Amino acid sequence: MSRRVRLGLFLLAGPGLAAVLVLGFRGLPAFGDYHGVYGRIVDNFALSARHATDFVTALNFDIRAFDTLGEEYILFAAAAGVALVLRGLREEGEGPHPAPPQQHGFAGASDALRSLALLLPPLLVGLGGYVVLHGALTPGGGFQGGVVLAAGPLGALVTGRYLAFKRIAPHSAVEALEALGAWAYAMLGLGGLVFASRYLQNYLPLGIPTHLLSGGFMPLNSIAVGLEVSGAFLLVWTEFLDQALISGRGDRS
Amino acid sequence: MTTVQAVALCVVALAGGAVVLVPDPLRQVFVLGVFGLSLTFLFFAFQAPDVALSEIVVSALALPLIVLAALRKIHQHERESEQEREER
Repeated sequence: MSRRVRLGLFLLAGPGLAAVLVLGFRGLPAFGDYHGVYGRIVDNFALSARHATDFVTALNFDIRAFDTLGEEYILFAAAAGVALVLRGLREEGEGPHPAPPQQHGFAGASDALRSLALLLPPLLVGLGGYVVLHGALTPGGGFQGGVVLAAGPLGALVTGRYLAFKRIAPHSAVEALEALGAWAYAMLGLGGLVFASRYLQNYLPLGIPTHLLSGGFMPLNSIAVGLEVSGAFLLVWTEFLDQALISGRGDRS
Repeated sequence: MTTVQAVALCVVALAGGAVVLVPDPLRQVFVLGVFGLSLTFLFFAFQAPDVALSEIVVSALALPLIVLAALRKIHQHERESEQEREER
């Protein structure tokens, strides 16, 4: 099809599509119009019955904690899948990763950049830990904090020093972190089965609202998910960066 | 809808278009990061700070890093196959 025919077709179809879209948008409910019942129930319920001031966390880690179990294992399976496929590509078994020939730093890194690489990891890990622990109080929680935690070791990468990154987050530790997080969340759920006769039912004292240790087992669930998420992200990054920076350096064929 | 929300929506629309219009994948990664930041701003303006917190790290760090690694790998691959062709 030539450019002119395509343009003609578009001029014919475009206005029709626009008209249908406008008609469709006119039938939409007004902006901010909310008729959901569930949301209002949770709004009235999360603070009084769960002692959490961040309702999103209350929903994620208590009221619908079972959904979070599914989400967590989706991430776990995805990260494990990435590791499996990329290691298969490298024709490598379960063994340790090959030692890289040289430090992949780029020579032009200035002193300012170097000090930034030194500063960023502890700051980011601190912030991530804060976000994970305060999930029940302020916006945040295991998922958000876990990603921030995982970003910490990456701070060492701003100077291109991949080996420094691997020294902060060794491969075996990353794998262990991910597995530990996934295991811990399932075990916390089993605790509910034992102490409260229902899987993922709260069995810890709720505490005083706005205190750090409040919301029952929400902080524990948050920590478990945080470990899992940071482990999963670090694992995926490590596998991708191994592919890009270490393997395939020319001695393979 | 408040002014902040309207501005956020417009910025997201513009940034999204910009991502598509950049032809070079390497530059596209950075525009994608900026698009992610505008999305973060949007989520924050619509009172979803929980989502904004995840979005800021995922879009500014997690996704660009993976795309950059993939791009580097592709370049390596191209260079190697070129060398092999020259050797023959």
